[in-house]
Amino acid sequence: MEWPGLATAFWLQLVRDLRLAFRHIGQAANPLMFFVMVTTLFPLALSPAPEQLASIAPGVIWVSALLASLLAAESLFRQDVEDGTMEQLALSPQPLSILLLAKTTAHWLMTGLPLVIMAPIVGHALFLAPEAVPATMLALLLATPVLSLAGAVMAALTVGLRRGGGLLSLLILPIVMPVLIFGARATDLAVQGLDTAGVIYLLSAVLLLAVSLAPAGMAAAMRISLD
Amino acid sequence: MFEFIHKMGSPPHFWRLSGALAPWLGWASLLLIVAGLIGGMVLAPEDYQQKDAFRIIYFHVPSAWLSMFAYVIMATAAAIGLVWRIKLAHSVAAACAPIGASFTFLALATGSIWGKPMWGTWWVWDARLTSELVLLFLYFGYMALRAAIDDETRADRASALLAIIGVINIPIIKYSVEWWNTLHQPATISKLGKPSMDSAMLMPLLIMWLGFTCYFVAVLLIRTRAEILARERNKKWLRDVLGSG
Repeated sequence: MEWPGLATAFWLQLVRDLRLAFRHIGQAANPLMFFVMVTTLFPLALSPAPEQLASIAPGVIWVSALLASLLAAESLFRQDVEDGTMEQLALSPQPLSILLLAKTTAHWLMTGLPLVIMAPIVGHALFLAPEAVPATMLALLLATPVLSLAGAVMAALTVGLRRGGGLLSLLILPIVMPVLIFGARATDLAVQGLDTAGVIYLLSAVLLLAVSLAPAGMAAAMRISLD
Repeated sequence: MFEFIHKMGSPPHFWRLSGALAPWLGWASLLLIVAGLIGGMVLAPEDYQQKDAFRIIYFHVPSAWLSMFAYVIMATAAAIGLVWRIKLAHSVAAACAPIGASFTFLALATGSIWGKPMWGTWWVWDARLTSELVLLFLYFGYMALRAAIDDETRADRASALLAIIGVINIPIIKYSVEWWNTLHQPATISKLGKPSMDSAMLMPLLIMWLGFTCYFVAVLLIRTRAEILARERNKKWLRDVLGSG
């Protein structure tokens, strides 16, 4: 029997996950809502003074994006493992790593990309310097896939556990800290009007590393969890 | 070679060997640490800049070294356990984590006690301090993941994978002072042949380092024995060794 090629398998899995996500659009929008709400907490808790908000804006945007991605990672594989879809994927002749990469891509399109698009509005609300917005969006565009990929590996490790929630954050946070450091640095440099190329290159390198290594990690973790 | 690995993978053999080795290593570490303490606290001269405050190096450097060494041992044991499915290797990895976490904490604590008079602050967000803190979180994550999974085999394999992923942090800690050149000073003793310390200060440090390492191995053996006791509690060989039912 002829199996569809890798690209077809990837594409079919991606389309299936996107279709499912659009049928439960409320659930998919949760991380975005969370991102916006966390950023509105800071002016309420600190002070609404524009100059003070402008100085903390890069940090607030990046920490909120990180927290939103943590929240999103929780639901990444849960439903498919619970209803048995994941076992079928693991048994299929296609490599599990590619299928999980497709799922993670769909997940990023639904939860990561909206953060990138929302960033200018949130930045404006926090009085972030307008010239820092393009650099922030570019850095978020490179960083949010890394957050999704790292989240996917850890979600695959903890997916069968009943009390996985807090544990998942404990596992994801240490490994994504470099992304937070470089990302916030990119925004910070742009605010000061300095060149962000170096940090952007570093983030790109981290993304390449994550795209090449994370799928193998996800597949190994998922096979352990399905045991 | 394979016979050796095979033998080491068998819990009864490890039980005998570790039982014989642990006391020797324990006493050796006690002697070395006492000697190192006398050398470091009494015999070594004062630093011309830092006065007596530099003496905390005799705790700080060995702890920091072991915090990373323990992680490498843990990840290596975990990888061996994952690839060759040797349960004993998983026991070693599991036994390693709390010791490594303790040394990481000790390195951070002694570092901040030293940092207060020297840098004027308990804590700096310097590359090496931050990456060492991340190491502490990695140990916590490893232990939390292991504790969260009830099934032993699954806990072994899942936490092994996590330990291997976390290895990425070790070179970052090691080279952080060279890559980012922030507040923490570069290594003092790794420059073989031309150490940037006087030998009266260096010798006690090497002795302390050896003593700490012996202590680590001794505790690791003892903790692994405890793991074996828990895992093999229903096995016949263990009852035979312990002599009762």
